[in-house]
Amino acid sequence: MDIYGLLMLVYVFVLAIFVGFELITKVPPTLHTPLMSGSNAISGITVVGALLSAGAGELTISTILGIVAIVFAMINVVGGFLVTDRMLKMFKKK
Amino acid sequence: MEIVSYLVYLIASICFIFGIKKLSSPKTARQGNQLAALGMLLAIIVTLFDQRVLTFEYIILGIVIGSLIGAVFALKVQMTGMPQMVGLLNGFGGGASVLVGFAEYDRIFVTPTIMFDEPTTISIVLSLLIGSITFTGSLIAFGKLQGIVTGKVVKYPLQHPLNALLLVAVFAAGVFVVIQPYEIEIIIGIIGVSLLLGVLLVLPIGGADMPVAISLLNSYSGLAASMTGFVLNNKMLIIAGALVGASGIILTIIMCKGMNRSLMNVVLGGWASAGAEGPAADSKAHKGTAKAIDSEELAMLLDSVSSVVIVPGYGMAVGQAQHAVRDLMNVLEKKNIKVRFAIHPVAGRMPGHMNVLLAEAQVPYDKLLAMEDINDDFPNTDVVIVIGANDVVNPAARHDQSSPIYGMPILNVDYAKTVIINKRSLNVGYAGIDNELFFYPNALMYFGDSKEAMSKLVSEIKAL
Repeated sequence: MDIYGLLMLVYVFVLAIFVGFELITKVPPTLHTPLMSGSNAISGITVVGALLSAGAGELTISTILGIVAIVFAMINVVGGFLVTDRMLKMFKKK
Repeated sequence: MEIVSYLVYLIASICFIFGIKKLSSPKTARQGNQLAALGMLLAIIVTLFDQRVLTFEYIILGIVIGSLIGAVFALKVQMTGMPQMVGLLNGFGGGASVLVGFAEYDRIFVTPTIMFDEPTTISIVLSLLIGSITFTGSLIAFGKLQGIVTGKVVKYPLQHPLNALLLVAVFAAGVFVVIQPYEIEIIIGIIGVSLLLGVLLVLPIGGADMPVAISLLNSYSGLAASMTGFVLNNKMLIIAGALVGASGIILTIIMCKGMNRSLMNVVLGGWASAGAEGPAADSKAHKGTAKAIDSEELAMLLDSVSSVVIVPGYGMAVGQAQHAVRDLMNVLEKKNIKVRFAIHPVAGRMPGHMNVLLAEAQVPYDKLLAMEDINDDFPNTDVVIVIGANDVVNPAARHDQSSPIYGMPILNVDYAKTVIINKRSLNVGYAGIDNELFFYPNALMYFGDSKEAMSKLVSEIKAL
């Protein structure tokens, strides 16, 4: 990656943070816990990186770390989305 | 194929954005979460088709193990244990970032045909630093909330200089590695010191400050994912991580405002130093006496009123009293009493903790009012019932400039005609200060464990 490639990624990062701020400020306090657990699950997106590391072929340090990372990230993803769904199911109006 | 995966990653990013957008209303929130989950599924599937993925057996093994553990966690956890759960999940997210960051470093390290370039090395160092702090910090936060690690403010000698020194050391090592990327020992050192920093930074934070710590760690886990995106040159990771990072930061700011404290003050473990070592010894020496009321008298009192506001706090969560509180709401409503709930932003151990517990007990969410929406209504309220909350209803925050909680926004429950406080004792709350509310003429103490006390009250009301 060269410096321009890096700058491109910084652009995306900064703009996404602004989008995040706009979206999150509209989430009502009553949903703050599901917001946390749900966004937590989204941060498990690192699983994509883990898949690339783990699938590289022969067993090296890199692939072993990748496999462990898949386990970690999937706990985060599946646990996060499921528990959020469990919570949101309970929110009912009268 | 690469074009397809780029497009699918874009679609997944859009799913995350719309998923969070739908969290702006409880009506669409569940759909939003499912949309985000769909985005994740798409991202995973398209990655499996990536040409860099050559073998699948280990991948499938990892996915199955991780999914099973995650599912068991998600289905077994009690709603009162949600703060720990979020803390733990945060930790796994951070841990995954460290592993991926190091795996990528190692891949470049052992492959003669690829070289380190500065942007990649910088990104690797940052993902290792943030991921490691998130990992151990979250585990400590989990331990504190679960009661494995002390929930008190922990002070150790040279706390601030030590942390500052370690942070400077990590940054110096980071700069060194960017210049000399093949020094793998330095990389391992960076991971080690960052893991230690996570422990040292969260250890001093006291139990009731956990809403801030958990929110901040949530933000870190997002930033760690973003940094992994920089390492892998993957914009979807950057976008998803940035959304989570922004979410955590906003919640952190809301929590700090709810306590009228700066982030620095919370992170450095400042506030509770006054009294968190234990209940103040002179707490018996009050300027008045607190009046107590028993369940029978309280039932009779409630029989003649028309409006009740219930203020739940961490004590309700500890006592698992949310269902008993719902029963109380039901019997009162049967008597045509208007019942509402007032939720302080920092009640409980994480943002929205009380709302989830009451939702679990099937209390309709439109009965739950935020502080700014209910505070003006207290003068027109007949009875306020405070269950396991303390500092967030202490009127000293409004007028006593010498109080450590002075300036903190509180629920003005003392303006109601009568305030009932359910607590196990007259002991101090988290801030370690006496609550003058207990000695107000319109205040009555209803002692007892929250669940037992509420159940008893419900049967007394039914018996009237």
